[in-house]
Amino acid sequence: MYDLAKTESAVEQKDTKISARNVQVYYGDSHAIKDVDVDIEDKTVTAFIGPSGCGKSTFLRCLNRMNDTIDICRVKGDILLDGEDIYDPKVDPVQLRAKVGMVFQKPNPFPKSIYDNIAYGPRIHGLAKNKADLDEIVEKSLRRGAIWEEVKDRLDAPGTGLSGGQQQRLCIARAVATEPEVLLMDEPCSALDPIATAQVEELIDELRQNYSVVIVTHSMQQAARVSQKTAFFHLGNLVEYGETGQIFTNPVDPRTESYITGRIG
Amino acid sequence: MTDISQNGSTPRKHGETLLKLTARTKRRNAAERRFQAYGIGAIAIGLLMLVILVFNIVGNGMGAFTQTFVTLDVTLDAKKLDKKGNRDLDDIKKVSTFGYAPLIQKAFEAKVGALGLDSGLKAKDMAGLLSKGAPAQLRDYVLAHPETIGETVTFRFLANSRVDGYMKGRVTRDSIENDKNITAAQLDFTDQLVQAGVIEKTFNPAFIFGSDASDQRPEAAGIGVSMVGSLFMMFVVLALALPIGVAASIYLEEFAPKTWWTDVIEVNISNLAAVPSIVFGILGLAVFINYMHLPMSAPLVGGLVLTLMTLPTIIISTRAALKAVPPSIRDAALGVGASKMQSVFHHVLPLAAPGILTGTIIGLAQALGETAPLLLIGMVGFIASNAPDSVASGLLAPNSAMPAQIYEWAKRADPAFYERAWGGIIILLVFLVTMNTLAVILRRRFERRW
Ligand SMILES: Nc1ncnc2c1ncn2[C@@H]1O[C@H](COP(=O)(O)OP(=O)(O)O)[C@@H](O)[C@H]1O
Ligand SMILES: [Mg+2]
Repeated sequence: MYDLAKTESAVEQKDTKISARNVQVYYGDSHAIKDVDVDIEDKTVTAFIGPSGCGKSTFLRCLNRMNDTIDICRVKGDILLDGEDIYDPKVDPVQLRAKVGMVFQKPNPFPKSIYDNIAYGPRIHGLAKNKADLDEIVEKSLRRGAIWEEVKDRLDAPGTGLSGGQQQRLCIARAVATEPEVLLMDEPCSALDPIATAQVEELIDELRQNYSVVIVTHSMQQAARVSQKTAFFHLGNLVEYGETGQIFTNPVDPRTESYITGRIG
Repeated sequence: MTDISQNGSTPRKHGETLLKLTARTKRRNAAERRFQAYGIGAIAIGLLMLVILVFNIVGNGMGAFTQTFVTLDVTLDAKKLDKKGNRDLDDIKKVSTFGYAPLIQKAFEAKVGALGLDSGLKAKDMAGLLSKGAPAQLRDYVLAHPETIGETVTFRFLANSRVDGYMKGRVTRDSIENDKNITAAQLDFTDQLVQAGVIEKTFNPAFIFGSDASDQRPEAAGIGVSMVGSLFMMFVVLALALPIGVAASIYLEEFAPKTWWTDVIEVNISNLAAVPSIVFGILGLAVFINYMHLPMSAPLVGGLVLTLMTLPTIIISTRAALKAVPPSIRDAALGVGASKMQSVFHHVLPLAAPGILTGTIIGLAQALGETAPLLLIGMVGFIASNAPDSVASGLLAPNSAMPAQIYEWAKRADPAFYERAWGGIIILLVFLVTMNTLAVILRRRFERRW
């Protein structure tokens, strides 16, 4: 049913990058994430799958504390990044987000030039000493975002003038520019056409060399194509987590099986 | 109106032709046409009113921009103006305006003689064609140029408001029957002088740039000084309302937690926008003048009162502009590790700026046309000093404002002032239309679509 050859061969043991224990998330009185434990590995693509509204985005947003911006949202439990509690009162979410970058569902470049889109993060974090440094960071990031060849002649053009797929790769390049260690992607291809999707998926596979990538997707084919680990969420619970190949060929939980065979969704 | 119920509808049969309208479709189309007709009618009435208004204002007010002048060669008789003959300014100053009146009468006599006219009028009545300010104008000139005493100098005097009204058609021989200020013989004389080119009606910049004048001299009144007062106030409003309003909006919209007390503030700001302006006036009188002892009639106080009035407008439009910036931009900034404040100042505010500017300009335009609160704090001061002095007098010296000046003129008895009130309205409207156009252009120019 799915092309699993690649993912099956990629199974090997990696270091744990993020470790979550007993995570609960509430929106006001509603309990959106229930008791989730998960270990996300370094230099691995981890996919979160599950039916709409099951809490994939909510959990993803816990990992870089974007939930802090929602007034009614409360997070309980421990989330450790390299062994440090990211919800510790001493942690400033601003520093955390430089380490844990995020790419959103809808491409959201700043309405500024392509150059400034990339340069913004490094500028506010003081990553470049001078203009030449910054130019170098911009070029490197755009190359990592696999979009350098397409835009190198028009760095001054507005980022919002690019096509949807280009915009999303620009956003990935922007996230990469702050030298993060983890990249969170919330359905990064849901607004893209199949060709742009293929390009972004290829890019995600390359990003695995340097980052721990967590991707939320509603497409099981995509999860199977790009991820090594898969977590299946259902109604706020983490139902099953394991090697992607195993989840898709030999799920343990009947709910996982129903979902991947299309009976719930 | 849009009945989706089944009343009167015949059940649709299969195979019915599309080329014939059913009764139901016809009724629906008719309702749509009627509705469009109502809309067009409403717009037509609105446009008609606007046209009538513009015609009325322009028709009544254009006269204020021209003025009748009398050109005379006045001999500055040394025997009368400087009896001692030593050109000592202090001695020259001793001659009051009364001492100058005979010079003007002489000039008229000379003119009539030179032109070979016979009006049958006494010299005093001939001089009655001029504004009551003519001798003062002469005196001011002499004091400024004492070296010209003894020479003959050409002057352009303002004509009396009746003569001016006659030139503009406002005053006729019938209308002056009971008027002590002018006689039919004087009007005949006016006709003769017009023929001879001594009296002419020309564009009068003094109306736009000059100061108000006393009840007796409508021909000399101008709106310039109250324009300066209005500009001072707009400066105060801009300097206070824009930063305060924008800061308050940013805090409320981006930072404040959404709790019951932010709701209370929100409701109160909306209410404040609906408070009648006269309430702000009495508040300004009580707080700024009676309690803080700021001077009466000062543009600073007027500006403060108008700031209170403009703040809600600016806050409401700024919050709307901030709300219109898509949340995805904030997410994007936070996602690369920008702080809340960086995301607001680097990304949200620039995108909201056109909306904020538009709201500010509209708020300023409102404040510019506001009259009632100014009456309460006494900003109808009659200021007789002209441009450089009035501008230099600053924010604390008594001043007037354009709408208050217009109100003041409309209140005075002389119909010549009435004309000036309309003229003032034209100038005020030019300002308002310019500002609103600027707001529209800014909005069009910088409007972004995401
Ligand atoms: N900002 C929010 N305020 C209140 N409830 C929310 C908010 N965001 C998400 N939720 C709720 O939390 C649950 C999980 O949503 P989400 O994480 O967006 O699901 P998914 O991404 O898997 O589709 C849903 O029931 C949703 O209604
Ligand atoms: Mg989601």
